[in-house]
Amino acid sequence: MGSITLEHVNKSFGTHQVIPDVNLTIEDGDFVVFVGPSGCGKSTLLRLIAGLEDTSSGRILLDGQDMTDAGPAKRGLAMVFQSYALYPHMNVYNNIAFPLKMAKLDKATIDAKVKDAARILNLTEYLERKPRQLSGGQRQRVAIGRAIVREPIAFLFDEPLSNLDAALRVNMRLEISELHQQLKTTMVYVTHDQVEAMTMADKIVVLNAGRVEQFGTPMELYRTPANRFVAGFIGSPRMNFVDGAEATKYGVHAIGVRPEHITLSTTEGAWAGEVGVAEHLGSDTFLHVTCGPLGTLTVRAEGEKPLSHGDKVWLTPQPGRIYRFDKDGRTLAAA
Amino acid sequence: MPSVLVLSGWAFIPLALTFYFAFLSYNLQDPENTGWAGLSNFYYFFKDPFFVKDLINTIVLVVGVIVTTVVGGVFLALLLDQKFWGRGIVRLLVIAPFFIMPTVSSLVWKNLIMHPVFGLTAEIQRFFGEHQPFDWFGRAPLFSVGLIVAWQWLPYAALILLTALQSLDEEQKDAAQMDGANAVNYFWHIVLPHLARPITVVILIETIFILNVFAEIKVTSVGGFAGNLTYLVFSQLNDANDVGMAAAGGLVAVVLANIVSALLVRFVGKNLEA
Repeated sequence: MGSITLEHVNKSFGTHQVIPDVNLTIEDGDFVVFVGPSGCGKSTLLRLIAGLEDTSSGRILLDGQDMTDAGPAKRGLAMVFQSYALYPHMNVYNNIAFPLKMAKLDKATIDAKVKDAARILNLTEYLERKPRQLSGGQRQRVAIGRAIVREPIAFLFDEPLSNLDAALRVNMRLEISELHQQLKTTMVYVTHDQVEAMTMADKIVVLNAGRVEQFGTPMELYRTPANRFVAGFIGSPRMNFVDGAEATKYGVHAIGVRPEHITLSTTEGAWAGEVGVAEHLGSDTFLHVTCGPLGTLTVRAEGEKPLSHGDKVWLTPQPGRIYRFDKDGRTLAAA
Repeated sequence: MPSVLVLSGWAFIPLALTFYFAFLSYNLQDPENTGWAGLSNFYYFFKDPFFVKDLINTIVLVVGVIVTTVVGGVFLALLLDQKFWGRGIVRLLVIAPFFIMPTVSSLVWKNLIMHPVFGLTAEIQRFFGEHQPFDWFGRAPLFSVGLIVAWQWLPYAALILLTALQSLDEEQKDAAQMDGANAVNYFWHIVLPHLARPITVVILIETIFILNVFAEIKVTSVGGFAGNLTYLVFSQLNDANDVGMAAAGGLVAVVLANIVSALLVRFVGKNLEA
């Protein structure tokens, strides 16, 4: 139980169409990430699944049952919000207990469930505190606790980590992944951060302007992006695109090479260029190389490469790792 | 330093004079009788048959108006928070009563609305076949004054509560919906606690001002039936020409107001911290 199916789902605000026509099947137990640039409709899609927005047309099936017109509470889903949306005047215990009280469970059952959730999330000693007395990570865990106690058929996360600092974000990412391993419940997770998408997802949905650009496992998207948008969105730093004369050599409109698929040499190679900014991260070095008419290309070099601003270098794309795109941005067979 | 002197003079001289007069025999109708009066001014002020009555009137007025404006204000704020056509203009109109001088609005209420012969309510009652329209100020003077004061303060309460409502996080509503709360649950468990602080502020401000209501009582000439302590002090001075007694009454009123506001400030302070 816990599959989510969208059939020809369409959403308009007035005359403005946000989601044109989405078909998607999320299998039970999957961790699916919706990723895309801001304004691409990923949060709207999540809110449609949650029932917080009404679909303009199309059907939403949960566990095979048509839930298109059911209210949010009837769908058996739980959601974790970007701002956590904890109730500020209630302590942690009452926050977690709130959905159970609304479901009119008896006191003893509520107490047992809240204590259980608090134990799983290491919140036991904070039960009496108010949300504002908690750190960002703890608030996040309370929000998750409030979701867990309802024993939903699926969890929905709306950019839950964007309010946390970088170190905490990595931690919470692991905790959420760990939680998914423990609970084995379907999770749908919205983010604009492709690193979160790549590291957490079983499957990724790449969205652009409301359309599903591609749906697949992280590695599928990385190896065989369906089009130029996905190719540019997945992978960090992003893929280099070259069009014009150089692309014509490959018989296409544009070609793309990932920074990690370029061989760097100080003596010879296909494209000559000059190092602009060099980012030394220790484990890797990212060089921004200006290659005349090709524009600026990003190259990933080994960590302690002693290159800096103004050095002359040659770049060679690795054969078999060059992506070719037609003029509509669709991927053609690799060269 | 000079400004401190000016300010303290400005604040303390009237109070000091009042304090001084309160212990004098100082009746304009009895100019022969002067000198120290001791505590007799206070004694007779408390023994005045109007004192207890007006004290009760004061409390009834403050409590009644606050309950009305807070309950009505929450309701009005909830309505104004909805999206509807012409919302900006309606919001502007709602605040209007607060800008009208109490004397003017009292006159309007007294002569145009609640007048038993020419008033709007009388007109409506006659339309429904009632030959003897309800005489508001004659039959229910305190209620009538309360109605006018509540009308003036309702916009204030509504406006403060509306701004508070607008600061309520939209995601809380979504979260409550996901958690299975219906509209009543949402109001009771989320909205009302969110409004607790602004409500205490409204109560504090209104208490301070409604303790001193005067124009509404004076203009509608119901001081004999629905007078409050402020009005009693005025009538000692104006009707009885007893400066000493009025000063004593003024001091009593000041002390009472201070006790009430001290209690309220502590209560509100606690609420604002929490």
